[in-house]
Amino acid sequence: MTLESLEKTAAEGPPPESPATAGEPTLPEPPPSAEKRFLRYGMMPHMLCPGCGHGIVFEAMLRALSSRYEQLDDIAFVAGIGCSSRVVGYVDACTLHTTHGRPLTFATGLKLARPELKVVVVTGDGDGLSIGGNHLIHAARRNVDLTCVLFNNEIYGMTGGQLAPTTIPGAYTSTSPQGNAETPFDAARLVEAAGATYVARAQSYRTREFEEVFLQALDHRGFSFVEVMTDCTEYFGRTNRLGNGADLLFSQARVEPAIDADLAGRSTLQEVPPRPVRPVLEMGVLHESSRPTLDQAMKLSGAGS
Amino acid sequence: MLTQIEGSKAVAEAVGLCRPEVVCAYPISPQTHIIEAVGAMVKAGRLGSCQFINVESEFAAMSVSIGASAMGARAYTATASQGLLFMAEAVYNAAGLGLPIVMTVANRAIGAPINIWNDHSDAMSVRDSGWIQLFAETNQEAADLHILAFRLAEELSVPVMVCVDGFVLTHAVERVDLPEQDQVDRFLPPFEPRQVLDPDEPVTIGAMVGPEAFTEVRYLAHALQLQALARIPSLATEFAAAFGRRSGGLVRPYRMEDAETVVLALGSVLGTVKDAVDSLREAGHRLGVLGVTTFRPFPAAAIADALSSARRVVVIEKAFSIGGHGILGADVALALGRSGRDGPRVHDVVAGLGGRPITEASLRRMLAEASEGRLPDFTFLDLDRGLVERELRRMDATRRSGPSAENLLRDLGVASTRIG
Ligand SMILES: Cc1ncc(C[n+]2csc(CCOP(=O)(O)OP(=O)(O)O)c2C)c(N)n1
Ligand code: SF4
Ligand SMILES: [Mg+2]
Repeated sequence: MTLESLEKTAAEGPPPESPATAGEPTLPEPPPSAEKRFLRYGMMPHMLCPGCGHGIVFEAMLRALSSRYEQLDDIAFVAGIGCSSRVVGYVDACTLHTTHGRPLTFATGLKLARPELKVVVVTGDGDGLSIGGNHLIHAARRNVDLTCVLFNNEIYGMTGGQLAPTTIPGAYTSTSPQGNAETPFDAARLVEAAGATYVARAQSYRTREFEEVFLQALDHRGFSFVEVMTDCTEYFGRTNRLGNGADLLFSQARVEPAIDADLAGRSTLQEVPPRPVRPVLEMGVLHESSRPTLDQAMKLSGAGS
Repeated sequence: MLTQIEGSKAVAEAVGLCRPEVVCAYPISPQTHIIEAVGAMVKAGRLGSCQFINVESEFAAMSVSIGASAMGARAYTATASQGLLFMAEAVYNAAGLGLPIVMTVANRAIGAPINIWNDHSDAMSVRDSGWIQLFAETNQEAADLHILAFRLAEELSVPVMVCVDGFVLTHAVERVDLPEQDQVDRFLPPFEPRQVLDPDEPVTIGAMVGPEAFTEVRYLAHALQLQALARIPSLATEFAAAFGRRSGGLVRPYRMEDAETVVLALGSVLGTVKDAVDSLREAGHRLGVLGVTTFRPFPAAAIADALSSARRVVVIEKAFSIGGHGILGADVALALGRSGRDGPRVHDVVAGLGGRPITEASLRRMLAEASEGRLPDFTFLDLDRGLVERELRRMDATRRSGPSAENLLRDLGVASTRIG
């Protein structure tokens, strides 16, 4: 069917035979490295800024996935909008890129239609806690059987570094030029209170621990939530003069005595007022429980499998 | 004061001069620089007791504005694209409640597929909501329209949306004459709300209305828009007297004397259109331009009047009703039909969707065709028909829904595109 024939919808008989479809353009062959075989090379170069923590977490996700799966055909990745959400576009699997704040709702629909698929939602602190915060607590309450990874960089990176509901008190952002006066969310505790059955927190600094909890979350039956603290070097780092990507990573490591001692010599991170100091958060598995998932409650799949 | 300033900053400065009392917003490209700049002015203490709050979504932004306006505060917000759609329920609410909120829309395409660049589909999606919609042609006008907007909104108790082309205007640095505070204060008196929520004198705002009076309530909203139609030209005259330049008004003619073919458009594209018309006039084509500043209320009579001796009208629009026709074009055709004479033929040209540049060369080619009577009634400027045909063939062959947009990108060899 040609465009012209469509436009002249007048009765001119059946549309012409469709000619052979033009060949799909071929993508460059991925190099044979373990975790990198799940990358969509056609989408490179990626859009993350140098040093961005999202890239570190994303690589760790791929590493964990490649340790567990030969191929990703039975996993669907769903994301909203944000630098964090954008990374699902780089996974060579079924990926659904949705509107800002809605990935958990799309994922709920996806899960109801194909309960046998494993679903991974990648969201950001803006996408998942601000504009999509309502969906987050309801997905947890329903115990939708999926894994939600929330990249928390305490800022809206993609739109240029505005205040997020996770921004720590005192931090500078482009919409808190005098320092944040609001109290941030504790995403992990919020989701636990809403009914999530697996809740963990990790850091881009400790990728091994992240991989561990990410794999546990994938294994968990029910709503599993991993909050991962990452760094927006471009906006959060620069606006708060916290140094470069490596400095920001070290600032996550404050609980380790050796690193703390090393940090003592770094004025950029130690200069407390007026610069915000990053709080030390509890890491690891924060909550684990078991109750019927949404698809079990709706009898879409075998109970208690 | 003459300054060299980014469009967003000029808008923010103009909003600041209007002494808003509550400002709230959620960031979205290409609106971000506007709210960041207003936020910085508030934080720096330049706006007195004005409150600025970062809310969790556009839906919250409009809802907070409604609450603030209902309490008698001068309320302002800004958004674009997906954000405007997300707040749509509250947008209708603000108009239905007759609250004089002013909002900037940094016009951007709506998805899917996601696209951060300029067109007018966002503003068009809420054109029936009861908001007055003004379109800025330049950054000077973008700034000025906000001052006019607050005055108009508060006089009539109707919300006003100022549409400013995303990136083309918001991110362009241009020369802008920013007025002085006392000039604005003289033009825009302090907000005196018609009714506010006051515990000492309780009123209800937002009552339920059934079939017995709903039509009348809606007609009242329409009547207010008709009042705006009468008020906007005189307000533009007052503005010119107060600030020494023309901004606002219903429509703006350019080289219309003896024009056989008249080009109609909204917003910043008018600049390029005028350049194209200038050069075609030199080549002997009798062309003129009618810029439409006020889109809602729709200035049907002013447009029919301005086009009374035209033989052909070319409406260039950055949005269309999918499966139907052009939006501004349909309004223009209706206005001409109602004028009750053998009117000019109306051609609708959809252009600049999702940020596609509207080049002077393409305009010149299309307008030459129009003035020679060879332009079809409904066309798309610079449409890549081959790209569409290829995908139509694929769809025919595979019958599957889904990733057409991705296929087109692949055909074009575009691998990754930045989104926002
Ligand atoms: C309805 C709507 N409002 C606003 C936006 C603009 N927007 C895109 S991404 C984003 C914030 C992203 O923040 P986060 O989820 O924390 O991701 P990050 O970039 O920080 O990884 C915003 C506000 C949008 N796309 N849609
Ligand atoms: S803007 Fe921030 S979050 Fe986004 S890619 Fe750059 S560093 Fe990362
Ligand atoms: Mg973020």
